[in-house]
Amino acid sequence: MIPLTWDMVVQGLVEAGRILGLLAVGVVVLELFAYFVFHRWLKLKHSLPLMLMLPALVAVAALIIYPFGFNLKLAFSNMSMYRFKNFSVGLSYGIENFLDVFRAPVLQNVTFLKLLLRTVVWTAVNVVFHVLGGLFLAILLNRPLKGKAIYRTLLTIPWAIPQVIAALAWKNEFHYQYGFVNAMLKQLGFAPVQWLSDPRWAFVAVIIVNIWLGIPFMMVILLGGLQSISPEYYDAAQIDGASGWQQFRSITMPLLKPVLIPATVLGVVWTFNNFNVIYLITRGGPMEGTDILVTSLYKAVFEFYRYGFGAAYSTVILIILLLFTWVHLRITRGMGEAEGA
Amino acid sequence: MMKKLFGKKGREDSLAKRLLIHLVLIMACVIAVYPFLRVITISLRPGAQLLSTSLALIPANATLENYRTLIFDKDFTIWLWNSLVVSITTVIVAVLLSASAAYAFSRWTFPGKKQGLLFLLTTQMLPPGMLLLPIYVMVVRMQLFNTYTGMILAHSVGAVPFSIWLLKGYYDTIPKELEEAALVDGAGAIEAFLKVIIPLSTPALGVCGLFSFMSSWSEFMMARVMLQKSNLFTWPLGFQKLLDQFTSQWGVFSAASVLVAVPAMLLFMYSSKWLVSGLTLGGVKE
Repeated sequence: MIPLTWDMVVQGLVEAGRILGLLAVGVVVLELFAYFVFHRWLKLKHSLPLMLMLPALVAVAALIIYPFGFNLKLAFSNMSMYRFKNFSVGLSYGIENFLDVFRAPVLQNVTFLKLLLRTVVWTAVNVVFHVLGGLFLAILLNRPLKGKAIYRTLLTIPWAIPQVIAALAWKNEFHYQYGFVNAMLKQLGFAPVQWLSDPRWAFVAVIIVNIWLGIPFMMVILLGGLQSISPEYYDAAQIDGASGWQQFRSITMPLLKPVLIPATVLGVVWTFNNFNVIYLITRGGPMEGTDILVTSLYKAVFEFYRYGFGAAYSTVILIILLLFTWVHLRITRGMGEAEGA
Repeated sequence: MMKKLFGKKGREDSLAKRLLIHLVLIMACVIAVYPFLRVITISLRPGAQLLSTSLALIPANATLENYRTLIFDKDFTIWLWNSLVVSITTVIVAVLLSASAAYAFSRWTFPGKKQGLLFLLTTQMLPPGMLLLPIYVMVVRMQLFNTYTGMILAHSVGAVPFSIWLLKGYYDTIPKELEEAALVDGAGAIEAFLKVIIPLSTPALGVCGLFSFMSSWSEFMMARVMLQKSNLFTWPLGFQKLLDQFTSQWGVFSAASVLVAVPAMLLFMYSSKWLVSGLTLGGVKE
């Protein structure tokens, strides 16, 4: 027998129907209210766009702005597993929570500074390989070539597989005895590696997986960028006798920049925030050896139940991410200007 | 060597160069595809050979046994149904809320518009887990823990801003003259939106729905926090549970992966060109 029962199907449909029904009623009430208040009563100039946005605005306020504020409040509280309902809020709790981020190991072993350093290494190594690998493949695919569509499709597969499946499948393949990685190493005459039980190798393993996952995105984006560069530039450079490298440096790179910069910013943010790959493959272990900031945040909150601390920690991580992105933008823009000058 | 890699475009390369390029691309394709081929291989292994160090792509005595176990003896169908309920409802919520909001962002100028768009973009940067804690507390307090509703709320957090951003990009590409013509014909602004813009953007709405669907469909972290009852598990949770006993369930996990990944990959291949243009469209235009 198939385990899914008729009762479960009905239960799902009823619950989904209830949500959508509530949503519809809510939207109608909201719009009527807005119509009479903003349009009829206050006669606002922007009442129409305001009404168009209002349902989404309320949703964003309830789902993002309020939780964000609530998170800040929790950062100044002593909420924990034992004080889930009756926690108290106060400045001293907040100071404690924020100091705890820096003065003690975030979980059990590893300190904040080390996690930060590891996150920076993780992000930098991944993004550099994503960009180099993606650029290399995009340049090859941008040449006149038979079977280009097939190559392109096959090369996008790591991006197309749901990340959870890819990560779990790779986890199996890093198994010491039965995974293909060690099986191949053995056939090539190397000693098998303790991929998941040695923290250093485990970190290498998750980086390998994430590089594999991330190259196709860069390839596709950069290929789009390359295709928008007119071939006439290259023809002209050819006539002037520019070498391949010179053409790459003074035509391809500058013209690719408008695509490259936003793509690397996205890449940095996504990699910095990547939870699935590390958590599903190593759970941050062994001995917290592969934890980065976001996985340790999740574990502090949902495995160690340190809610107040976690809220403070997440605020610190957000600030670091914003700084990180800002510095990254400064550097990439700065490099572009230096080249242009 | 450099010339080979970066040289002119639009002209034929020499035979040797073309061979080299094909060789490199074939190697890259093998690296890209091999792990998934292995998943298929392992899904076909009979129980007795599950733990083998063989690298053969088609296992000896290939069988569909693992697929049978998965469908009839595991909660696979329940997980799929749960994921389906959550992600389809999330999509409807997100598209309904964002279709009109994105239109306002695309067609009107009003104070705070630029900041609003920037804000929506920033929400996509928030570290995962940051809003999860407050939303978890809210969901528990509203007694929505272990319900589809709690999951759908959690998934809408990301889906609504993303959909607004994507749809605004699409609306921007629809010429204003079309609605102006309708307005001249005496239609109201709302009527013009419903009768001109919505029909024209059905493909865009579909694509936007598809992306919200795909991200909700494969979401792991929030599900892990919001759902503890195993008969409410979405498939990512179920898959992780399957792997808790690695040795006995590797084949079943692989069968499950094939059944979920193949449709997901086809859907992705079909829609990825829109995602790429959507991402760039939103960014280029203010």
